[in-house]
Amino acid sequence: MDFLKEFWEFLKVRKKYWLLPILLFLVLFGGLIVLTQGSAIAPFIYTIF
Amino acid sequence: MKTILGISAFYHDSAATILIDGKIIAAAQEERFTRIKHDSDYPFNAIEFVLNFSKIKLSEVDQIIFFEKPFLKFERLLETYVAFAPRGFRSFCMAMPIWLKDKLFQKKMLINELKKHDNNFNDDKKIYFSDHHLSHAASAFFPSPFEEAIVLTADGVGEWATTTVAIGKGNNLEIKKEIHFPHSLGLLYSAFTYYTGFKVNSGEYKLMGLAPYGTPIYEDKIKDSLIDIKEDGSFHLDQSYFNYATGFTMTNDKFDNLFGQKVRDAKHEKLTQFHMDIAASIQKVTEDTMITIAKSLKEEFNIPNLCLAGGVALNCVANGKILKEKIFDNIWIQPAAGDAGGSLGAALALWYIEQNNPRTVDHNDSMQGSYLGPEYSQKEIEEQLDKAGAKYEIFKDQELLEKTASDLSNEEAIGWFQGRMEFGPRALGGRSILGDPRSEKMQKNLNLKVKYRESFRPFAPSILKEDLSEWFDLNVDSPYMLMVSSINKDKTIEMTEDQKNLFGIDKLNIKRSKIPAVTHVDYSARIQTVHKETNERYFRLIEKFKEKTNCPILVNTSFNVRGEPIVNTPIDAFNCFMGTDLDKLVIGNCYLDKKDQNPLLKKDYTKEFELD
Repeated sequence: MDFLKEFWEFLKVRKKYWLLPILLFLVLFGGLIVLTQGSAIAPFIYTIF
Repeated sequence: MKTILGISAFYHDSAATILIDGKIIAAAQEERFTRIKHDSDYPFNAIEFVLNFSKIKLSEVDQIIFFEKPFLKFERLLETYVAFAPRGFRSFCMAMPIWLKDKLFQKKMLINELKKHDNNFNDDKKIYFSDHHLSHAASAFFPSPFEEAIVLTADGVGEWATTTVAIGKGNNLEIKKEIHFPHSLGLLYSAFTYYTGFKVNSGEYKLMGLAPYGTPIYEDKIKDSLIDIKEDGSFHLDQSYFNYATGFTMTNDKFDNLFGQKVRDAKHEKLTQFHMDIAASIQKVTEDTMITIAKSLKEEFNIPNLCLAGGVALNCVANGKILKEKIFDNIWIQPAAGDAGGSLGAALALWYIEQNNPRTVDHNDSMQGSYLGPEYSQKEIEEQLDKAGAKYEIFKDQELLEKTASDLSNEEAIGWFQGRMEFGPRALGGRSILGDPRSEKMQKNLNLKVKYRESFRPFAPSILKEDLSEWFDLNVDSPYMLMVSSINKDKTIEMTEDQKNLFGIDKLNIKRSKIPAVTHVDYSARIQTVHKETNERYFRLIEKFKEKTNCPILVNTSFNVRGEPIVNTPIDAFNCFMGTDLDKLVIGNCYLDKKDQNPLLKKDYTKEFELD
């Protein structure tokens, strides 16, 4: 819950509400990816981390 | 007493720093404890060290600050994927699970990890988050010897920013402008690091070391196609040549076609003149860009002091060029300019900017020579060496220095482990391998038999501050080995026409100066000035060496082999000593001769660490 509150505060400050549907989509459907994958660390992704 | 703990982690070079009433008490990188180079995990050991060193418990710490903002980074990721869609779908599928599982919840993760240090810690309101580049800028300005300065930070990428300009005055620091991802000088340099077959995030030094062997014949190509540098130094990268924003490589086929060769496969392909010319070209472009930015900032703000931090500030050749241009009267560079220094900067930003505490400028700087890591008493050293089965003699200070200086003058390679460990990537005479710079065989010997690293890489000189101008074309202190300058003409030996025509690395074997072991092919050297105030024992050793040889300089390279983090404990030092061709090891007042050691304790050290 704290996380959601903080993330909402963050979106308000940044005024980037359009990120919210993307995040919701990710949380709902991405859960599946999370469950099917271990802590995959890409061998070579410089910027995403 | 107010205490702040600064943490950097989860990207690369995790570290921890502790401030007490604004004074830097201790700082260390996690890699030194875990023995994993550039370790990016939660810095449990580094935090334990800084707490123990300060003799406080975590629950007694007043504030804890993380060096960057994970939400902001996530925002950048999402926006980047949207902007580049449908490109980057594979990268998106790979990155999102990691973020949704761990990285978005870094605060919770931090709290859980922090509790492991102290069960009584339960106040999550103590945790703050700084901004990546503000942390860099704070690490560059607040410890600097300046009351007022322009602060320039440049690295790969933080949250959004890749380059920032800030103005520091007294106890305040304000970011004035930023360049955002994907336009990044650090990532441009890393793209070429990748293209020439070196490892991104650690091979940038090698590319810089390779540059003097080449000619910058691709400079125009880079400027015409890859980077558009404006008059004020701001720049724009043409993303059609790069793949780092959404892919798994730094560059793409279009980049290869531009230069006419594929990415070098380090395992199967040797370095050629092409790679040396590429290195020289990107180095020149980086220098030009930094100089253009510096000139424009001087004109705009008219402040005579410049502070630098961020990974690009570790490009000491570019730093030397900025200095030589005489744009600023004074330049100060944070020794832990990479992300490890973010732990320090975040803590300082909280203390000065957020809490508005007064700042007293230390005219030497307040980094204490960057000797901020662990130290071991003579008793602890002896206990550890006994446990390892080492054979050693104990000498009083004077005799120890006399013996070591004498060994050095006999061209022996010495492991030198004294006092507190350095914070930042450079060894500065606390955890160093030392040699005689006059020796013609030292450079090759240290590279191939001691460090197991590529033969083209140069070594750095440590010189007594008083003797600097006699040997080098440099008139400012460089205590953190972050300035490159030329050797004075009267100390150099001109190459013959035949020698000048030698190919690339063969040039390195020619004696080009009175100190060939630290003279690069372009007669430059990455200089460390040694000061009595910050490292008296090392200063005395060089003085002793000078008495014997009339040379106030030693070869100084980090105490490790290729791919290994710099040694931290006496045991690490003994293991490295036994795994390499080092002749002597001097730890505290203990003196170890390789000949006296049990041969069964020798190790095949070449396979201990993954080559970087």
